[in-house]
Amino acid sequence: MDKKPSHARTVIAYIVLIILTFLCLFFFYILLINCTRSHQQIQHGFSFLPGSSFVKNFNNVIHDAKLPVLSGIKNSLIVSACCAALATYFSTLTAYGLYAYNFKLKKPAFIFIMLILVMPTQVSAMGFINVITKMGMINTLYPLILPSVAAPAVFYFMYSYMQSSLPLELIEAARIDGCNEFKTFNRIVLPIMKPAIAVQAIFAFVQNWNNYFIPALVLQENSKRTLPILIAMLRSADFLKFDMGKVYMLITIAIVPIIIVYIALSRYIVAGVALGGVKE
Amino acid sequence: MSKKKISAEREVSYAKWGYIFIAPFFIAFLIFQFVPLAQTIYYSFFEYYRSGLTVIGPNPVGLDNYKALLESDFLKYAGNTVILWLAGFIPQIIISLLLAAWFTDVRLRIKGKQFFKVVIYMPNLIMASAFAMLFFALFSNNGPVNATLVSLGILEHPFRFLSSVAGTRGLVAMMNFLMWFGNTTILLMAAVMGINPALFEAAELDGCSPRQTFFRITLPMIRPILVYVLITSMIGGLQMFDVPQILTNGKGSPDRTVTTLIMFLNNHLYSKNYGMAGAVSVVLFIICAILCLLVYFNLNPTESDRKIKKRDKLKPRKEALNG
Repeated sequence: MDKKPSHARTVIAYIVLIILTFLCLFFFYILLINCTRSHQQIQHGFSFLPGSSFVKNFNNVIHDAKLPVLSGIKNSLIVSACCAALATYFSTLTAYGLYAYNFKLKKPAFIFIMLILVMPTQVSAMGFINVITKMGMINTLYPLILPSVAAPAVFYFMYSYMQSSLPLELIEAARIDGCNEFKTFNRIVLPIMKPAIAVQAIFAFVQNWNNYFIPALVLQENSKRTLPILIAMLRSADFLKFDMGKVYMLITIAIVPIIIVYIALSRYIVAGVALGGVKE
Repeated sequence: MSKKKISAEREVSYAKWGYIFIAPFFIAFLIFQFVPLAQTIYYSFFEYYRSGLTVIGPNPVGLDNYKALLESDFLKYAGNTVILWLAGFIPQIIISLLLAAWFTDVRLRIKGKQFFKVVIYMPNLIMASAFAMLFFALFSNNGPVNATLVSLGILEHPFRFLSSVAGTRGLVAMMNFLMWFGNTTILLMAAVMGINPALFEAAELDGCSPRQTFFRITLPMIRPILVYVLITSMIGGLQMFDVPQILTNGKGSPDRTVTTLIMFLNNHLYSKNYGMAGAVSVVLFIICAILCLLVYFNLNPTESDRKIKKRDKLKPRKEALNG
């Protein structure tokens, strides 16, 4: 009698899970199918089997004169990689500064970062554009990269990780061995923090790869634009005249690299989400 | 005595390193967030916009921008934002709680947990603008979804999703749901697994049904994480921009019923009306600041909070004694 309801619950659980899995995967399946089919085939109707126009669609997108896709990929890669590096290095540095040292402003500094932990950057966007225009950084990639030095959410993750896996005795030992403070951080602390840095680097990379609001305000020249802006341009173009094969191909280029990396590293990423609690 | 002096001197010299290590963070914050925020607030009290090629202002106008804000469609857009957020968040929290309970229930023994976790988290990493573009292509009038529904005989004519209010709002809510339910599930699962297993064992021994266990043990124990999920989701909802912007090409159509607050801000920034953009930003900032405070107290319970919690724990016992 005890087993029966449990059995029914298992069946229901599996049905719900399968429906959700279908929802999550089905759209990407259509995307992958349609990016291999020509415009005519797509207009003709939907098919569950891939077509043979993958290479043609790819070449069409890459060589479109109005959409600088190659430079878009390059710009997106530069911004995301630099942001990932800056956010993880400086957040670890900040977390180490507040974790390992005692100084007067330690507590206020910590409380301050915790207070701005989830403050969205959009609220100061107007002043941000003003400031970077005055600094001569409008229409460059710097204003998208440099603010990553102050990443409160990454800081919080690093700080929590240090509390659980960076014993202060280790730093003492390094001091006794004559290591200076900066060397201690680079040679001893960073290697210990590697797992946390890897997880946060992935999140920072993805977040900046996908970022649209601020880049769209900062980058006005075609050659400087990142992928999300190109997608917005494609959306505002006259849609009816557009080659649908190209549309699906550009979407594929924007999201499939992230999915491939995700599948390869999914174990660490899912574990990182569970650990973090804080992610924007 | 001399030893103490040396160690004191050392601490002073080490403190310097603390300041050096945290300096880059605060300098970057000052330049790229604090000064911009101060300017945003400052210009919200000025008439400052561009009309054609001429720049008008900045002239101080007091609270005029805020008055103009209340007379504009600001409240309508705030309502849109709340509706879109709720339509995504309610199914998200229900499904996430359900999945978290199922995944952690030893009696169910669900196989392939890792696989399901990987799949449901995946949409969270997708570029929101590309995802919206994909939905736009799939749900367009002659897109694959309509074609399939018509050919299956479910619909007689293609349904014009993006011309109907419910259709467009539904699509935005569905995208937000798909993008965030995996993330929430994983957070809640971690919270459930942090509960002392002895509690669940005791409940099972006492003959609790799965439903009773869920409502009497799981839910109360994960309350802090639930509060955290709720507040961060509210902040995320306030920031909603990419999906409705790309789906409706910035127009919020039909009839601006999916225009969110950040889309409104974006329009003012785009037309270079800095005074109004400032006023919108300040309102958003105040709401976010309140939510930030709530997150802070949720993550760092203060002394008085702890005392209240202790008192709460004692209360039932007292009542039991009185009874």
